[in-house]
Amino acid sequence: MSRPISIIRSLDWFTIALYLVLVILGLAAIYGAVYNFEDTALWDFSKRYGKQLVWIGLSFVIATVLLMLDSRIYSSFAYFIYGASVFLLIVTVVFAPEIKGSRSWLVLGPVNIQPAEFAKAATCLAVAKFMSSYGFKMTNIKDILRLCAIIFLPVALIFLQDEAGLATVYFVLLLVLYREGMPGIILFLVFCVVVFCIVAIKFGDVAIIPAYPNEAFGLLLVMIMSMAVQLVFLQVYPKDFLTARNLLIGTLVIFGIVSALYFLFHIPVRFTLVGYLTIALSIVYLLVTGFLRRKWAYVGIASFLIGSLALANVTEYVFDNMLRPHQQNRIKATFGMIDDAKGVEYNVKQSVIAIGSGGFSGKGFLNGTQTKLKYVPEHDTDFIFCTVGEEHGFIGTMTVLALFLILLLRLLYLAERQRSPFSRIYGYCVVAILFYHFAINIGMVIGLTPVIGIPLPFFSYGGSSLWGFTILLFIFLRLDASRKEYLKT
Amino acid sequence: MINDRFQNRKLIIGGLMILVVLIYVVRLFNLQIVDESYQDKADSNAFQKKIEFPVRGLIKDRNGKILVFNKPAYDVMIVMREIKGLDTLDFCNTLGIDVENFNARMKEIENKAGYSSYTPQTFMNQLSAAEYGVLQEKLFRFPGVYIQKRTLREYDYPNAALLLGSIGEVRKKTIENDDFYVAGDFAGQNGIELTYEKELRGEKGVEILLRDAHGRIQGKYEEGIHDVPSVPGKNLMLSIDIDLQAYGEELMRNKVGSIAALDPSTGEILALVSSPTYDPSQLVGRQRTKNYMQLVNDPLKPLFDRPMMACYPPGSTFKLVNALVFQQEKIINRTTSYGCASGYHVGSFKVGCHAHASPLNLVQSVQHSCNAYYCAGFRTMLDAPKYKKVADAFEVWKNHVVSLGFGYRLGADVPNEKRGYIPNSEVFNKLYGKDRWRSLTVVSLSIGQGEILATPLQIANMGAIIGNRGYYYTPHLVKGIEGGEIDRSFIQKKVTTVDPQYFDPVIEGMELVMRAGTGWSSRIDSITVCGKTGTSQNPHGKDHSLFVAFAPKVNPKIAICVVVENSGFGASWAAPIASLMMEKHLKGYIPSNRKYLEERMFNANLLPIVTPN
Repeated sequence: MSRPISIIRSLDWFTIALYLVLVILGLAAIYGAVYNFEDTALWDFSKRYGKQLVWIGLSFVIATVLLMLDSRIYSSFAYFIYGASVFLLIVTVVFAPEIKGSRSWLVLGPVNIQPAEFAKAATCLAVAKFMSSYGFKMTNIKDILRLCAIIFLPVALIFLQDEAGLATVYFVLLLVLYREGMPGIILFLVFCVVVFCIVAIKFGDVAIIPAYPNEAFGLLLVMIMSMAVQLVFLQVYPKDFLTARNLLIGTLVIFGIVSALYFLFHIPVRFTLVGYLTIALSIVYLLVTGFLRRKWAYVGIASFLIGSLALANVTEYVFDNMLRPHQQNRIKATFGMIDDAKGVEYNVKQSVIAIGSGGFSGKGFLNGTQTKLKYVPEHDTDFIFCTVGEEHGFIGTMTVLALFLILLLRLLYLAERQRSPFSRIYGYCVVAILFYHFAINIGMVIGLTPVIGIPLPFFSYGGSSLWGFTILLFIFLRLDASRKEYLKT
Repeated sequence: MINDRFQNRKLIIGGLMILVVLIYVVRLFNLQIVDESYQDKADSNAFQKKIEFPVRGLIKDRNGKILVFNKPAYDVMIVMREIKGLDTLDFCNTLGIDVENFNARMKEIENKAGYSSYTPQTFMNQLSAAEYGVLQEKLFRFPGVYIQKRTLREYDYPNAALLLGSIGEVRKKTIENDDFYVAGDFAGQNGIELTYEKELRGEKGVEILLRDAHGRIQGKYEEGIHDVPSVPGKNLMLSIDIDLQAYGEELMRNKVGSIAALDPSTGEILALVSSPTYDPSQLVGRQRTKNYMQLVNDPLKPLFDRPMMACYPPGSTFKLVNALVFQQEKIINRTTSYGCASGYHVGSFKVGCHAHASPLNLVQSVQHSCNAYYCAGFRTMLDAPKYKKVADAFEVWKNHVVSLGFGYRLGADVPNEKRGYIPNSEVFNKLYGKDRWRSLTVVSLSIGQGEILATPLQIANMGAIIGNRGYYYTPHLVKGIEGGEIDRSFIQKKVTTVDPQYFDPVIEGMELVMRAGTGWSSRIDSITVCGKTGTSQNPHGKDHSLFVAFAPKVNPKIAICVVVENSGFGASWAAPIASLMMEKHLKGYIPSNRKYLEERMFNANLLPIVTPN
């Protein structure tokens, strides 16, 4: 089946060049971030900037070794590598000391290693191996459960290390499942779950009307959104325009009347109750229609409504009754519900000011003032993009965005040109994880996504994260270089 | 290919990526190009961010007397690119420096690594309020000159310097590890100031001011909605009684040593004297560096926190521990007697003892501090057939000793506590070979000499354990944090491995020490004191005088350990000092019939003669 092919010639040098550019720009950004005006004789040029240089040098070594290995090793040893990294995660859970509120770092002499960063590549290998194995079917429930187990084992272990941010990364692998045939509806439902949860929490403290302070606006919003989604479902699945229209009119009439009662005649209305009533009516209507037409799709849509309500209620209950006050505060701060002077929200505010003050062309290399004077914390790790924005302005941020977009699309293209399912699935895993990190990290720095503390690939300071991403990427490049060894099927 | 029918999904995934990037482009375009409130095209330095330093928390003693508070100091800052056209002569006259100084300082600033003309540079440190007043009036004439307000510490008492600690400029390493600090900030360097840095420091605030192209402040940015007010640090209440502390320091004047006194019912430290000591206000302000070097070079080492860090062989005070352990292990009971022929003799081996009646029972052995009794008891234990080997018996012994608070840090809230030293059987296995050592080899441990070391705090804590009959609370210095809680470990009872009934004979013995034993001259009228003297052998010079005690006998209110270095027998100096401290704490005054003793302690000069090297 296989034929030897020169690695040098078949390597994708374009991606490697992109990688080099990103790593070097990252180094420059870290230099800019760490460089300090105020420090006097104590200033030591070998600090973080120098260390990152060492990490980069070592990551080149790692990349070279990964490229020199036989490509078949990665699929043959996928489970072994996965097992080893799970073991390492367990060791971390048990032994890691607490460093800055996280227990995810193993102290090995002078260096600290964060095994969670390496678990990504290992999990991707295992996922690719499992999904490409003979007989795996997206429709077989047992296969899906096993796949979930492979993905959630590291998630649970990383969560135990108080690194909730890094644990969320694995959910993006849903994109890979989607590409491999998972129904799009599941992706959409997961999206709904995330949005409903956030809405339920974010507006959980807001009363709908002052007369009933316990009735949360969040629940009502979830109701309205789930009813809107129900209308779309009706259009897509049973293609039933009529029922959708009737439901919409009915809902509008009910809410129209109660709103009029409240706004015109100032009669306090229990909106939540009205919402429950409306949804109950919708469910009855859907079930009757489904029974008459003998179509299960209606039952499915009805259960979506029930599920949404249950989700919103459970979320609010868990949040109010099962989380401790400091956990609640952290989440509230993340969603901007409370103003914590020195916490998450402050960071984002400072970060946005720093980026905004960069203007079109920035303040110039090493001249950023906001980031350097520590108005922006973590300015060389999670908030490194902030330094770019301040010192190089719009030009700088656009350059970085463009480089990442090109890298992601290039990797997408490479993944699609693979002949073996293993390589393709692994490639998609790489794309998905890089995309998630990129989207969430930059989103949080510019104030669009919650602050969950994950690094920007290749840019953020830190050996573990740089090596983790290097390993992730170069295993794929190695697989890609051997793609022609597999005959077209 | 297998999944070809899903190939089009790559378009959706790719589209999703492009969509996200587009959203970000729009957001960044808005932030960086459209919204001009974030930038000022004329000058990249439109914002002046003024850090509002929080007020550091106060430190009070257990009676609410303020020990440490704040006084303002002012740093003169200049932004280089804004001071063009500065009237140098006027500026120099205002600050009381000459122009040559000014020029030299400016050069120094410009040559600093990492210098920037955009940001404020420190020109002069810590002006006094008076100097600040003069400068403040003329400040409008000096564009580019700013004043940064800071707080320095001030002290109402010249005492407790080491335990309070001091603040100083943060180190490079601290800045890297903690986002709170920037270069030039002050933070606790030792003592309470260091342990409770997070509670004391508060939260920094920031005020964002807008400036025009000439650097003049135009007002607050967006009416101050982005400003964050500073949050003052939390006040601490210490368990220390500052009057008792000051009295202890006075008693220890011209002596080297320490006093550790604590409340057995809570573990709160009442006084912690390290002698010689110094005035904490010496380490504040511009004099700090000079005075600090002087203290570092003092041959008597005033910066060495003796009650926490000095490790001594506990001497005879350790017999109390052995009396407890032997009873718990059923080696001896209250009635067990051992003979003493002016010491303990095995062949040519001899541990001497002083003259007293023989044989003695357990209570009498404590009263007369009989060496032979403990040598015999210790050997009986190590050679007892119920343990298979000497090493096994030794491990049992060691574990009891550790449970009584020796050999490890107690976990007090001071950064520099030492753990002392209790060897395990491995140590002797290494020294003599596995199972090649006998009970006689280590017999000196029975009388607190040899390979064991303890800090004064550990010995005082042992006094508390005996007074409590078998438990203690971790000794600690902070009694309360305003708007916070003290560490939970300080309110958890630590129970030792010795059962309460075994403490009675030991306590009786300690009572007799004060009534009719070595501590006789240090008894206190109307209060039953239980004590034990000790002498810690010192190979480098005269022995150290040790004393441990608690009082009153029932529900003790104070447990104390006093060490006076190079002063010989425990009863002569350590015991009187301890008794005066206890009397002061329990009665609040020293009665006239004991004034002579107090006077004698105040005036004694026991300083070793040291030649500065």
